[in-house]
Amino acid sequence: MHIAVLMKRVPETTARVRPAAGGRSVEVQGGETIISTYDEIALERAIQLREAGVATKLTVVCLGAAEATKEVRKALAMGADEGLLLVDAEPFRDPASAAEVLAGAVKDLGAQLVICGWKALDDDSAVVGGCVAARLGWAYASFATKLDVAGGTATVHREMEGATEVLAVALPAVITVQKGLAEPRFASLKGIMAAKKKPLVEKPAPAASNASALDAYLPPPDRPPGRIVGEGVAAVAELVRVLKEEVHAL
Amino acid sequence: MSNSILVYLETEGDALRKPALEGLGAARAMATALGGVVVGVTIGASEGGVAAAAAAGADEILALGVGETVLPMRRAAALAMATQKCAAAYVLVPATASGRDMLALAAGALGAGVAADATKIDVSGSDVKVTRPVYAGKALQVVVAKRSPFFIGLRPNSFAPAAAKTANVTRDALPAAPANEPVLREVKAPEVRRVDLTEAAVIVAGGRGLKGPENFHLVEGLAAAIGGAVGASRAVVDAGWRPHSEQVGQTGKTVSPKLYIACGISGAIQHLAGMSSSKCIVAINKDRDAPIFKAADYGIVGDCIEVLPALTAAIHAAKG
Ligand SMILES: Cc1cc2nc3c(=O)[nH]c(=O)nc-3n(C[C@H](O)[C@H](O)[C@H](O)COP(=O)(O)OP(=O)(O)OC[C@H]3O[C@@H](n4cnc5c(N)ncnc54)[C@H](O)[C@@H]3O)c2cc1C
Ligand SMILES: Nc1ncnc2c1ncn2[C@@H]1O[C@H](COP(=O)(O)O)[C@@H](O)[C@H]1O
Repeated sequence: MHIAVLMKRVPETTARVRPAAGGRSVEVQGGETIISTYDEIALERAIQLREAGVATKLTVVCLGAAEATKEVRKALAMGADEGLLLVDAEPFRDPASAAEVLAGAVKDLGAQLVICGWKALDDDSAVVGGCVAARLGWAYASFATKLDVAGGTATVHREMEGATEVLAVALPAVITVQKGLAEPRFASLKGIMAAKKKPLVEKPAPAASNASALDAYLPPPDRPPGRIVGEGVAAVAELVRVLKEEVHAL
Repeated sequence: MSNSILVYLETEGDALRKPALEGLGAARAMATALGGVVVGVTIGASEGGVAAAAAAGADEILALGVGETVLPMRRAAALAMATQKCAAAYVLVPATASGRDMLALAAGALGAGVAADATKIDVSGSDVKVTRPVYAGKALQVVVAKRSPFFIGLRPNSFAPAAAKTANVTRDALPAAPANEPVLREVKAPEVRRVDLTEAAVIVAGGRGLKGPENFHLVEGLAAAIGGAVGASRAVVDAGWRPHSEQVGQTGKTVSPKLYIACGISGAIQHLAGMSSSKCIVAINKDRDAPIFKAADYGIVGDCIEVLPALTAAIHAAKG
């Protein structure tokens, strides 16, 4: 079985992000770029399945800037077999077209299982995995906190508001993952050396037109400065008054 | 291009869920600006649910598979079918737990446009502009829809509900169940069913300042008194005090309730990322310099182990 992991390159969560002058892009200050957190969790589980012999091949697929070779190389160092970087010339890429490109890549690879994050940490859309599944006509399950594969079926646990659902998902399938599924490993020195010899295919992303156009990036709305209503238990009466009369929450 | 706007109406028993009412409100505003009709679609709703939908503010209701149990992939196929049936230009789907997946699957199946997690929709001329928080709320992205149909996911608590209106109901059958629909083998139910945090109007969240899992009943008590859901910081989720489903923040849930009460939470950037769009933020922290106070509208400097029981009692008293 061939697994494809979709992974996006994003700024670290501690980075300062704000609209650039003119609002056509964002300015990112401080912090490195990383493999989007949930994608890295997906990758870790895929590597475990590869090591256990459940998967015979593991390819990571990234649609992004040419600089994303760094993140793809890291995935190879962690344990993926091959990397595919679809270099994106679009300054703005919408989720519908990203899904179109990624679904096409997965089809060309001949993978039977796609594992990816439930949402990317930059655009927060949480739709690309589902769009890829629907475009391929594959089975789909989201928010996996446990994933096992045997005999052409994936067993997925998903946590929904405290309840845990156990699903049997027939391959081919797209599974999106939630925190708790696996703890990403650090790349070992041996892994980093080995990664240098692993295939990393870099080619321009195939044409796919955006279904939406970027209008602007804006700063989040300002919040009026807050006020400390008081200290300790003595402040409770004033807070309750505020909640009742100003916030209308009681 | 047809101007009908389709809204997915999720029901619970014989009632419409609140996000569905907000979806109708958003659709009505669009229809008023663009011209066109608002069509609500129910999928597997009860007779009572369909009746509730028909009174909630749509011009027409399309009731698919009334009374049937419908699994997620089939539900999305039904939404895609409805989109084609009424040649909808825009499809609004509230971003509830099940809505999010439907949005992606239905849009993907039709090769449609999609913008998730809208907090605002503006119409200017014939352009529909969707505003959505990105980078966990550090910026807003505004996109213009360029393809028809175009699917829009709506963040709960962001749109005003529609005025009531009576609609005609058309019934139809569901599309065939997809052969590869995942099979539910088991549900390990919790003792108490929790509210989906992303939809809750009030959230009381606890952090490491609670000192231990044994003190979380103070957070639960306040949540119960004020009619809210319980949230948590990642620190206490990672420590195993609370389940993952309660984590608020960049790697947890993004919430925008009317009222968010942060108890013993420092206000790290990744936590703020998940809750800073709440309408009103109250912080209780013993450290006057904690960053949460910079995000808060109202604060109490104090020990939450002492303040929480007093606040809970005072709210019970205020409510009579
Ligand atoms: C990649 C990444 C992703 C992350 N994602 C998230 C996320 O999604 N959500 C999230 O929450 N965090 C996230 N974090 C973690 C975040 O950086 C913080 O570590 C975390 O939010 C801290 O939780 P806390 O406020 O409960 O604990 P602390 O930071 O330890 O703060 C405890 C607070 O309680 C106060 N306090 C102590 N005792 C009392 C008392 N008796 N009464 C009142 N106040 C008291 C203290 O003054 C302090 O302000 C992430 C971190 C990283 C690196
Ligand atoms: N440009 C991309 N390259 C690779 N994978 C992506 C890309 N965009 C989205 N994905 C995948 O889809 C998931 C959900 O992304 P999103 O819907 O954008 O929040 C991500 O966690 C990735 O696994």
